[in-house]
Amino acid sequence: MIETHPTLAQQAFIEKEKLHRRNVRVWRFMLLVLLLSVWELCARLGIINDFIFSSPSRVTICFLEMVKDKSIFMHIGVTVMETLVSFVLVVVCGFLIAVLLWSSRSISEVLEPYLVMLNSLPKSALAPILIVWLGNNIKTIIVASISVAVFGCIMTLHTGFSQTDPDKIKLIYSLGGNKKDVLLKVLLPGSVPLIISNMKVNIGLCLVGVIIGEFLAANKGLGYLIIYGSQVFKMDLVVMSIVILCIVSAILYQGISLLEKKIKF
Amino acid sequence: MKPKLEVSGLSYSYHSLEGETLALSNISFTADNGEFLAVVGPSGCGKSTLLSLLCGLLIPDEGDILIDGVPKSESGVNIGYMLQRDHLFEWRTIMGNAELGLEIQKKRNSSSREKLHNMLHTYGLGSFENARPSELSGGMRQRAALVRTLALEPDLLLLDEPFSALDYQTRLSVCDDISTIIKSTHKTAILITHDLSEAISVADRVIVLTKRPGRIKAVVPISFGSENIRPLDRRNMPEFSVYFNQVWKELQNHD
Ligand SMILES: Nc1ncnc2c1ncn2[C@@H]1O[C@H](COP(=O)(O)OP(=O)(O)OP(=O)(O)O)[C@@H](O)[C@H]1O
Ligand SMILES: [Mg+2]
Repeated sequence: MIETHPTLAQQAFIEKEKLHRRNVRVWRFMLLVLLLSVWELCARLGIINDFIFSSPSRVTICFLEMVKDKSIFMHIGVTVMETLVSFVLVVVCGFLIAVLLWSSRSISEVLEPYLVMLNSLPKSALAPILIVWLGNNIKTIIVASISVAVFGCIMTLHTGFSQTDPDKIKLIYSLGGNKKDVLLKVLLPGSVPLIISNMKVNIGLCLVGVIIGEFLAANKGLGYLIIYGSQVFKMDLVVMSIVILCIVSAILYQGISLLEKKIKF
Repeated sequence: MKPKLEVSGLSYSYHSLEGETLALSNISFTADNGEFLAVVGPSGCGKSTLLSLLCGLLIPDEGDILIDGVPKSESGVNIGYMLQRDHLFEWRTIMGNAELGLEIQKKRNSSSREKLHNMLHTYGLGSFENARPSELSGGMRQRAALVRTLALEPDLLLLDEPFSALDYQTRLSVCDDISTIIKSTHKTAILITHDLSEAISVADRVIVLTKRPGRIKAVVPISFGSENIRPLDRRNMPEFSVYFNQVWKELQNHD
């Protein structure tokens, strides 16, 4: 109920709720400041060895240096590009294969055990083979990333498709439609929420796949920086890359959420 | 005059690995043009199966379905099927939902749109053309579903418990509404229901089926004197309880 003149009790309730939200925001920020300052302080006072544990100031300096020679943008760009390419491929392939499985009971039943097996296989085990097959390059990274996400994507979408209300399908047939109409008028539009929630999972998985790939087969990207930094013992570089990775993954996730809000009906 | 619908010796079984389920056995009846039939019977006796057969969604094991004297597949008639739930698609507006059948049969054009527009208006949905189904009440949704069915100008209407998802009061008025609409357009209709009083209040004849496998147990003609008595008024007439008891007895005696 929306009333034009909220009662006093309602006003008080809204005030209380606003206060609560502001407090949560303030505390979130304070927690971050607290953690960073404790970290910095411990490093300065020599409680932890800042050569091994790094420190917020060292990470910032490292970041600023890389901003100056612009190399950091190249590394971030490469990782984001690889993630987006594999994400798009996962969504498109996952969707097409799920439609194929839905359209033929025989195909889906034949392929089911293989999909289950591939889905539960730890994909990092594939990476070394991919390097041998595809070479030490971006192809390997993208294929590794796709392999992490695509099987789960297919299975989720296929399950969603096959749970479509049979009466809705019956309705289409009773109106004179065929299987194509069922696909275009019921399955596709009805699965939009499922596809989006699935995208949210997949964008994260693709990033995981890209980092695995970059660990093994790259000379650019955030995953490469992490591995390179740990090999030459530049922990500032490693920590900085991880922080950037956190931010990148949050931004990618938010991008999908934004998309979700846009096409909500 | 030939009957609109002529069903003779219809039988159907479902098959699964566990075994065969004979759902309908030797069903024969006719429906005249403009007649309103109601089918009642115990749960699981094959009522929905009967409609699926009439609509062509299932192929009968035995028996024939003639429409206007010719087999259904050759007659090219349109059959409207209304399911228990309205199944309006949330991702379409009310107009979009009403147009679904025309869109599938590629008959959508500006004149059909104009007609739908008028139809929605007549049935009290004029201002909801661009609304989403979730913005409508249960009764309005059911009317929108009826418009979707009528949009294809069916010669024969099949209604599978179309009111059972509604609460009792809405159900009475929607049933009154919809059956009046159907009668005013002189369509032949077959209504399936669990509710005896609903069947008696709308139908010209009530077909009683036995429990599975469904066979015809009795056909009870219903007459309230005048053609134009609304279902709600029928319920208040003295004949109503007489018919009710008659159909009730038919359902009860097992032999
Ligand atoms: N797809 C199916 N596969 C196997 N058996 C089925 C199938 N559909 C229905 N049956 C069986 O056929 C019988 C008749 O089903 P039907 O749906 O026609 O009954 P109904 O009279 O419409 O029941 P209700 O009043 O509960 O809607 C039931 O006993 C049911 O178990
Ligand atoms: Mg039924």
